[in-house]
Amino acid sequence: MKSSKETIPQLFEAALSGERRSLGKLLTLVERGGETADDVAGLAHRKAGNTHVIGITGAPGSGKSTLTGRLLELFSQTGHNSAVLAVDPSSPLTGGAILGDRIRMDDLTDENSFIRSMATRGHSGGLALAVPAAIQLFDAVGYKPVIIETVGVGQVEVDVAGAADTTVVVVTPGMGDAVQANKAGLLEVADIFVVNKSDRPGANDARRDLDLMLDLGHISGLEEKTGYRPPIIMANSLEGTGSQEIIEAIENHANHLKSSGSIKVRQDQRTLMEIQNRVELLIGTTAKETLSTEFGKAMINAVLNRETSPAQAAKSIVNSLLND
Amino acid sequence: MSDQQYRVILAKLGLDGHDRGIKVVARILRDAGMEVIYLGLRQTTGSIIAAAEEEDADAIGLSMHNAGHLTLGPKMTASLNDARLDIPLIIGGIVPDEDIEELLESGVAAVLGPGASAEEVVSTVRDAISARDET
Ligand code: B12
Ligand SMILES: Nc1nc2c(ncn2[C@@H]2O[C@H](COP(=O)(O)OP(=O)(O)OP(=O)(O)O)[C@@H](O)[C@H]2O)c(=O)[nH]1
Ligand SMILES: [Mg+2]
Repeated sequence: MKSSKETIPQLFEAALSGERRSLGKLLTLVERGGETADDVAGLAHRKAGNTHVIGITGAPGSGKSTLTGRLLELFSQTGHNSAVLAVDPSSPLTGGAILGDRIRMDDLTDENSFIRSMATRGHSGGLALAVPAAIQLFDAVGYKPVIIETVGVGQVEVDVAGAADTTVVVVTPGMGDAVQANKAGLLEVADIFVVNKSDRPGANDARRDLDLMLDLGHISGLEEKTGYRPPIIMANSLEGTGSQEIIEAIENHANHLKSSGSIKVRQDQRTLMEIQNRVELLIGTTAKETLSTEFGKAMINAVLNRETSPAQAAKSIVNSLLND
Repeated sequence: MSDQQYRVILAKLGLDGHDRGIKVVARILRDAGMEVIYLGLRQTTGSIIAAAEEEDADAIGLSMHNAGHLTLGPKMTASLNDARLDIPLIIGGIVPDEDIEELLESGVAAVLGPGASAEEVVSTVRDAISARDET
């Protein structure tokens, strides 16, 4: 075990005073999970609640990291300390990962920004805990805003986007990206659309596709219900065009959240989800342990002998937990 | 210790553009179950230190092919010391045999050269991390 001589409260104090090394170590503890992670998250939670969380999601290679680098640059110029949590998938075969997001951001960053790469480590349940806890840590030590980058390919990513106050969905010209994004459920979570790589042919088509889909929201009444229509911003993140507009759109969305009161709804929903995730994880772990007790083994045998069904066995096991 | 996920930074310093080796090593380490924070080309000792702090790295690997290892290697270990970072530094690429001793004396944990097998790469990184953990 990498020996850290400092206690958790010491690391937390140091992180509060701006020491990056300590914040880096705390993030590792949060990522590892377990009791220690809970201790760290407990300290962070008390001080959190002041940041704005921006989720950036989209297909692999759409330019999320390059764009994030641009945003970091602008935030830094206006005196903001911003943090990035860049989430990438772990290899399901080996558990290893190549985390390559920060090289796209590095050139543009300085001591005002903090970038942390995180691998999904195979379990979405764990990620669902580590991501909010990491955000709270950044929040607690004063990073504002906090940006989460995730590859938008599936439910996990949509969940992670749920941890954000403002979700930016990045699409690129060509290959029906907008339609793909729709399939992946990304359109519903988008607060802002960015057509990145707008230097490429087909950028205007992508914009029109998105506009058409948003019109459907207009027709279905979704737009009226929320009082908000996600803007579509054209960007070339290699050059940095569009980044200023994106920041303005984020501010605009933040204001909308405040004035419409939906910020409260989102935060309540997020808190509920976080507790729910933890409950499920705790029960899941305990249930797994029960399966290897005498009682659990008897249940498994009963199902194997067709004396009871898997569903009934599961109910008995959960009931035994609740009556403990 | 097998349950711990090692996090390794891989980088090249300065204008050295030979990036085949570092890409191969990134893949080898990933396939051995490690998390590789890939910084790629044109890094500085400062950018590597910042990444090491923020990423809480367990090891730093530098890939060097521009004959700058005798200045840059010790400069990197000195920067790590200044930042109070107790992280092993491993150097790979083109290092003549007669320079290895000097690098090790300056605090570099290990040096690997052309033809190093995947097993060697993995065990070198693992050993450097566990040697540090034992102190
Ligand atoms: C391919 C190559 C190129 C390609 C590079 C393509 C690329 N994108 O990588 C090109 C043609 C562009 C090139 C250009 C030059 N090259 Co060149 N090149 C080579 C060559 C033939 C092979 C390098 C290679 O890719 N090997 C394959 C990889 C997989 O092996 P590797 O890098 O050694 O990595 C292994 C180990 O070293 C180790 N390892 C490496 N890094 C790390 C890191 C860690 C953490 C660990 C654990 C292990 C590890 O593990 C790897 C797997 O075994 C070597 C000669 C040679 N035999 O090495 C010369 C060589 C490196 N080049 C050399 C030179 C001089 C140049 C140029 C300056 C030539 C010129 N005058 O223009 C330019 C400089 C370009 C630049 N901007 O830096 C010299 C360097 C001399 C020196 N250091 O003293 C060499 C040694 C040739 C020679 N004998 O003179 N080159
Ligand atoms: N032409 C063009 N290329 C871009 C633009 N933005 C990013 N790129 C390039 O697109 C490639 C992918 O960029 P990244 O920022 O790594 O994309 P990403 O979405 O973060 O990728 P993953 O994290 O791997 O999913 C890189 O080669 C970038 O240089 C852009 O606006 N125009
Ligand atoms: Mg990326």
